[in-house]
Amino acid sequence: MDLKNFLESFNILGKCKRYGLSPWQCPQFLFLVMGIVIILSEFVFYFLGSYYIKDPKIVVLVISGLTGILFIIAFTIVKGFENLAESNRMKSEFINIVSHQLRAPLSNLSWTIELIMSGRLGKIEAGQLEYFKILRENNGRMKDLVSDLLTVSRLQSANLSAREKPFFIEEVTTEAIKSFSPYAKASNIEIKTNFEKNLPEIFASPEQVKMVIENLLDNAIRYTKGKGKIEVSIGKENNSVLFSIKDMGVGIPKNDQKYLFQKFFRSENAMKRQTQGSGLGLYIAKSIIENSKGKIGFASQENIGTTFWFALPINKK
Amino acid sequence: MKKILFIEDEEALQKTLSEVLTQEDFKVISSLDGETGLELAKKEKPDLVLLDLILPKMNGFDVLASLKSCEETKEIPVVVMTNLENLENVERAIEAGATTYLCKAQYSLTEILEKIKRILE
Repeated sequence: MDLKNFLESFNILGKCKRYGLSPWQCPQFLFLVMGIVIILSEFVFYFLGSYYIKDPKIVVLVISGLTGILFIIAFTIVKGFENLAESNRMKSEFINIVSHQLRAPLSNLSWTIELIMSGRLGKIEAGQLEYFKILRENNGRMKDLVSDLLTVSRLQSANLSAREKPFFIEEVTTEAIKSFSPYAKASNIEIKTNFEKNLPEIFASPEQVKMVIENLLDNAIRYTKGKGKIEVSIGKENNSVLFSIKDMGVGIPKNDQKYLFQKFFRSENAMKRQTQGSGLGLYIAKSIIENSKGKIGFASQENIGTTFWFALPINKK
Repeated sequence: MKKILFIEDEEALQKTLSEVLTQEDFKVISSLDGETGLELAKKEKPDLVLLDLILPKMNGFDVLASLKSCEETKEIPVVVMTNLENLENVERAIEAGATTYLCKAQYSLTEILEKIKRILE
């Protein structure tokens, strides 16, 4: 933590303002007040005690009074946390509702574009087709973004459908690679696999793990320049199964690496290279892996390539 | 000619899929709400029902339950087509007797058509 961040942590009123709460509803401020009350009351009690120690009634009175004050402050702090949790829930719900409402018109648009492009309603000119392709591509991007936003909002409200069970990760990986093969081929990229034999089952949600693998595969293909190779490896390490994906892509600039798993973050060279991408994929991947009691990380060198890895616990049941 | 009943409150979506289904030689009957949809199912006895979940007057789950509890309609395959993709809804629909559950946003028109054809084969 640098000095600026350290000093920033004392800006309690600034924090309350950021949460949109008044100081008397803000947990940080109330916590400070409670600390001051405790310290002051110790001093007051000490001085009172030294003068009136012979009269136990006053001791009891002071202790009861202080306990009452601290109880009220503690109660208000809890209420403050409740407000914060509630506003966070409302934000997630808002994203959820908006995303759902956006899905219907986006599906309409997507199916209508497909119907027109199929020529079922009559022949369309080559020039028109070009513009319909632009429409389709942009509609696809919006659909992906809405889908990512929905996933994020569900992860935050712990409402993402997750049925954890034992499964073989290499089966899910093979499925994901198969669905990405046409995309890789079109991008002139070869996907090589290196799976250890007799791997144990892992315990997680297969759908969610597949989502993570697809995300990493998509990034590896997307950020590889020209002809290239991607290597997907799976092996056993201690009590986990380790998945890794190595690409020969543009790499992640050193300055950007610490922000990579943050929501909406896109590294500088990724933005230069690709306009697509919501900056949510890696955040989703990290949340899923960590919710499944696993670990995720990467090693990257600019213009050489990146290796993303994650480890998930072996099924013990 | 196979008959398909399409219960969907999004008019544009209904029009698009109905156009493709008609061109593929299916007879399409449609309804914009659950109540009318259920009446049409009993009257027309279609070969397949495409059912949205969020519907005016009667929601998709209630329509599904009524279809499956009625002697005349309980054998008709029902494809739930919605944008609600949470696992609870999928399980609820399958338990209630839906043949399959499709999230509209995840499928192209061609893929939906292929799935419908496969069920009706």
